[in-house]
Amino acid sequence: MSWEVIGIWLGALLSLCLYSFLYKDNPFYKFAEHLFVGMSAGYWVIYAIMNVLVPNWWQKLVPLEGGFQPIWLVPGVLSLFMLFRLIPKLAGLSRLSLALIVGTGAGISITAMLQTRALAQVNGTIIALGQGGGWFDWVSNIIMVTGVVCGLVYFFFSKSHTGVFGGAANVGITLLMVAFGASFGYTVMARISLLIGQTQFLLFEWLPTMGIHL
Amino acid sequence: MATFIEKLGNLDRRVIFVLMALAVIIPLALRMNLPIPIDKGPSKNLFDAIDALPEGSRVLISFDYDPSTMPELQPMAVALSQHLMTRDIRIVSLALWPMGVSLGNEALSAVGDSLGKEEYVDWVNLGYKIGGGVLIVRMGSDIQSVFPTDYGGNPVDEMPVMQGVNKLGDLDMIISLSAGDPGIETWIMMAGDRYNIAVGGGCTAVSAPQLYPYLSTGQLIGLLGGLKGAGDYETMVRIGVENPPPGIAIAGMAAQSVAHLVIMLFIIIGNIAYLSEKKRKGGAK
Amino acid sequence: MRLVIPLMITFVAGMIMILQFFVPATQPMGDNLQEWYMIVSSAAIFLGAANLITVHVHKIRFKARNWKYSPITLIGFAVMIITGLVFGIEADLPFDYLFQQMVAPMAATMFSLLAFFVASAAFRAFRASNWRASLLLVSAFVVMLGRVPIGSMIWNKIPIISEWIMQYPNMAGQRAVMIGAAMGMIATSLRMIFGIERSYLGGAD
Repeated sequence: MSWEVIGIWLGALLSLCLYSFLYKDNPFYKFAEHLFVGMSAGYWVIYAIMNVLVPNWWQKLVPLEGGFQPIWLVPGVLSLFMLFRLIPKLAGLSRLSLALIVGTGAGISITAMLQTRALAQVNGTIIALGQGGGWFDWVSNIIMVTGVVCGLVYFFFSKSHTGVFGGAANVGITLLMVAFGASFGYTVMARISLLIGQTQFLLFEWLPTMGIHL
Repeated sequence: MATFIEKLGNLDRRVIFVLMALAVIIPLALRMNLPIPIDKGPSKNLFDAIDALPEGSRVLISFDYDPSTMPELQPMAVALSQHLMTRDIRIVSLALWPMGVSLGNEALSAVGDSLGKEEYVDWVNLGYKIGGGVLIVRMGSDIQSVFPTDYGGNPVDEMPVMQGVNKLGDLDMIISLSAGDPGIETWIMMAGDRYNIAVGGGCTAVSAPQLYPYLSTGQLIGLLGGLKGAGDYETMVRIGVENPPPGIAIAGMAAQSVAHLVIMLFIIIGNIAYLSEKKRKGGAK
Repeated sequence: MRLVIPLMITFVAGMIMILQFFVPATQPMGDNLQEWYMIVSSAAIFLGAANLITVHVHKIRFKARNWKYSPITLIGFAVMIITGLVFGIEADLPFDYLFQQMVAPMAATMFSLLAFFVASAAFRAFRASNWRASLLLVSAFVVMLGRVPIGSMIWNKIPIISEWIMQYPNMAGQRAVMIGAAMGMIATSLRMIFGIERSYLGGAD
């Protein structure tokens, strides 16, 4: 038996263990679930070491061509502080590491959010009004622009949804329902695709190892 | 007294599970194939954009997913690699999700071997880095400071495929195969809009509706949404190719069709049962 | 007082990132910070792993509920670490083999279970209880049919209607959510940088 066939059997048996949950929770499912969690965590740690810490920290702290770069001790120490969260007496030091992560992340996302999600989208909405095409495109664009404006009104909770404002919020929620319907349709599609993928594996890779060719 | 249809509404969940399984297994086992019509749309736009790239261009593929969404995104990775490699476009790949490294490698090496393409010359997998948007911004000024080596620890500056690729701006296009965050949106924000590079991609069906606003503004040049997008791309890549390799997504679309019909049937039966019960209870009052 | 230094770090790091966007001269300062960010963030993975080990060792020690499965998690974790460190992570080596043959099918199966639950939920909970819910249902049906080949076989206009829903009403809704969420995130980020929002540091003092 080749390693490839052993691998297919391992994958198939573990998949069947997990599918057994559909009948009810059972020891086979729990076994595979716990194994999955452990192996996934191991994979993440190895990649963090081999793909991040070694090339991006260690080899910069102690370059292969020789020398020592003390500046790289700073992120090393901050990483260590992060792990101090596990030691209650020293947990406070992890705030320094968190501060660096949060500050950098927040700073970078302010400009990105403003540029990509706010300004570009507002721009795209306004431009749509002036776009050419036939009457159908024009009506469609009006629906889109109305939807964006009324959708934003619906999410504005600082003013009560009454009168004209309430009417606009009603239009907004109506269009949002259509959008949520589309999202639901796509979600169903996604979940079924995942099942199709695993069924293809079991039917066309696992069954042939037992001489069953569909 | 509850009617038959109301009793049907209280069907045991296991019966639903069995019907769902059959809806997927039967079309696959019978190898049902339904034609996939290709109209203009986000999938075709991505295909056309890649088709318009000159030979020798450099494209970055970011494998931003893990095995939980593999059935949707892996066929895209294979079809995109086939398209790029047959057009002699160099592929620089990386992953913002750790498990994307192995999945990307699987797709690139399989397609590369079948087309006689060489690792480090025609394609490379730089590996995984944590940091999402922050590392993308850093790559905007210097890729090698983020990726001094590939995923296996080989120095990047000695690789022929990386010659002339020092920063994101040296790339002709970025394609993100994305299962969430970090993913396509991160690439649009941190690379597309910030450094003015064309960004395209593929995503799970769950996240496709959220990305439509980027398509209309041109921030996203094209999009493959879920298995349908993968099926579209496989179909387009196979046009004019003699004895094309079997399409994984195309084979799944018939099962997808039947399963959708079954779910719609479930919803209709559930609603008839609900309305029947509502009417009966209303009448009883 | 104990929050002063972390708040200063947040402020300086945040301002450097904002400045780097507008003032090219500040680029080198930001470059270093971005590389440090990557390294410090990776510590979160080790923190998660250490937490996982602690939880399971604790469960075994005190014979907590389902403790008998905890050694499986620990063994799985150890096997990946050992194969990764001993053989390396490149393709066709034991680490990659274990990933491709065990982790990948398990992850894919775990999430494919959702197909069954979405079917069950659709059957039990997706009710046209009012006209807006009916609208949601109609939109979902059109999109579900329009995205599969059988839709165009039933009526060749279904994919076109489905694409129209995606490009106009769907996009309007998504865009409204996107702009609203962006505003919220910008405000939250500013509050963090200026030290008004401190919950991430675990206290308000």
